[in-house]
Amino acid sequence: MTILFSKKRRRPFRLPGFSLTLGFTIFYVSLLILLPLSMVIFHTLSLNWQNFLAIITDSRAISAYKLTLSTSFIAALLNVIFGTIIAWVLVRYQFFGKKFLDGIVDLPFALPTAVAGIALTSLYANNGWIGQFFSFKIAFTPIGIIIALTFIGLPFVVRTVQPVLDSFRTEEEEASASLGANRLQTFSKIIFPAMVPAILTGFTLAFARALGEYGSIVFIAGNLPFKTEITPLLIMTKLEQYDYAGATAIAFVMLLASFIFLFTMNGLQWLIQRKYSLNRSR
Amino acid sequence: MSATLLPEAPKQQKIPKVHNPKTPTTTKEPLIVQWTLIGISVAFLSLFLLLPLAMIFISALQKGVVVYVEAITNSEALSAIKLTLLVVLIVVPLNTLFGILSALLISHHHFKGKSLLLTLIDLPFAVSPVIAGLIFVLIFGAQGLFGEWLLNHDIYVIFALPGIVLATLFVTVPFVARELIPLMQSQGQAEEEASHSLGASALKTFIYITLPKIKWGLLYGIILCNARVIGEFGAVSVVSGHIRGLTNTMPLHIEVLYNEYQFTAAFAVASLMSILALLTILIKNVIEWRSKEVSS
Repeated sequence: MTILFSKKRRRPFRLPGFSLTLGFTIFYVSLLILLPLSMVIFHTLSLNWQNFLAIITDSRAISAYKLTLSTSFIAALLNVIFGTIIAWVLVRYQFFGKKFLDGIVDLPFALPTAVAGIALTSLYANNGWIGQFFSFKIAFTPIGIIIALTFIGLPFVVRTVQPVLDSFRTEEEEASASLGANRLQTFSKIIFPAMVPAILTGFTLAFARALGEYGSIVFIAGNLPFKTEITPLLIMTKLEQYDYAGATAIAFVMLLASFIFLFTMNGLQWLIQRKYSLNRSR
Repeated sequence: MSATLLPEAPKQQKIPKVHNPKTPTTTKEPLIVQWTLIGISVAFLSLFLLLPLAMIFISALQKGVVVYVEAITNSEALSAIKLTLLVVLIVVPLNTLFGILSALLISHHHFKGKSLLLTLIDLPFAVSPVIAGLIFVLIFGAQGLFGEWLLNHDIYVIFALPGIVLATLFVTVPFVARELIPLMQSQGQAEEEASHSLGASALKTFIYITLPKIKWGLLYGIILCNARVIGEFGAVSVVSGHIRGLTNTMPLHIEVLYNEYQFTAAFAVASLMSILALLTILIKNVIEWRSKEVSS
């Protein structure tokens, strides 16, 4: 019997519906994503090189890039610190109101960005509930932008770190403890390395989201050129002045930057995971 | 290296947890550390999430219920609500259909270029909403690719409903698909193969076999997609033209009110959207709770 079976070459079973699902998916993706996005490249190519260079290296544009990158980075970093602590607390400890807090973490995903924007602006304005306690301005400064971006990015870190901690085997911690490691050593040598890939993923998602964020920023930023004007807002301003060439050139730079960032982080992730799995298998 | 554009959270195998009431103290932090960490978390979440939420409702009701009701039932607010609902009714079913079909394709079939397709589906997540609006202006705007032709034929896309729908479609393409693809890949296709080999049609197999397997994930994806469609601001802001009573969706209506210093009215509409957001979170948690109960 076995010989008979092995002689017959088993072809993989194919479910029906391949051509329909393939056709529809390709059609939808091409029409809605590929074609529209290629317009940015198409329009950028139609600009002459000097013109393009002048637009994207304009001092106002440069200061917008700097502001966007720095505020996004700081916000993603804050998210990593506090998001990891929150994920840890939600998985490891028991306390009153934990379920409620766990649920509310998703609020920034569900709440419209404009709603978040006006709420945060009112809170941190000079006469706002929080703003009044500070001697310096928060709303309408880069600090306000960082606050809005921290709000937007929080769930990314919490929700990627949480499942990793949830399925972490306590046996490994017990083994470490029984071999004489103190709690700090166990954390830094056993638990933390396992969390690193997830933390990095959370950072990547929060940072990528922050780079393009518009709705929550536009209210709290004040939108002063050279001071509190982020890149998406610069695109918007150019569009409102019917400067399509300028808007497209800046959009091209933004798209390029976020793709390069995402591919770099993917590569880094791959390296870390490979190193980690090698260490484990030894 | 993962070929998808956005990194997935690292996969973890599920290991049944053994609850041991007598966990040695060496695997726990000192109480003072625990309390500090809990304190930081509670303070951070209260400051960043709860306080803004409370602020919205208190500001909305500041001038009493009459003003509140007027703010959400005047004709401009109502037309914004209607427009938003209309966009939801068009966009959510389309992206749900796409999510189901693309997930069926990716999880049940082998073909070349699968990872490229996954990357393409992810793309909208990596694109700023403002750019999502811009690309449709470049195609359909007055100076755009089809601008002149559309103008000559009296077809309005930008500054009208079709533009809003297109921009929102673009932004929310990945939501259902990204929820279903990993779920269906992990579930495998053995049941579907059995059903098919016993003579059931593809449609029958989908309705009786696949759909019950994925229903919670599907619902979750639809809810997330719905929340984003309702709240989308940047992309819609670019293509809508902010024509009052005509092309203002709810978030745009809020923006207009806020910029005119009608704070109470702005927060009144915002409170409606916050209730929707809270409902979304509630449903999400119920789904998670249900699916955990099913799996255990």
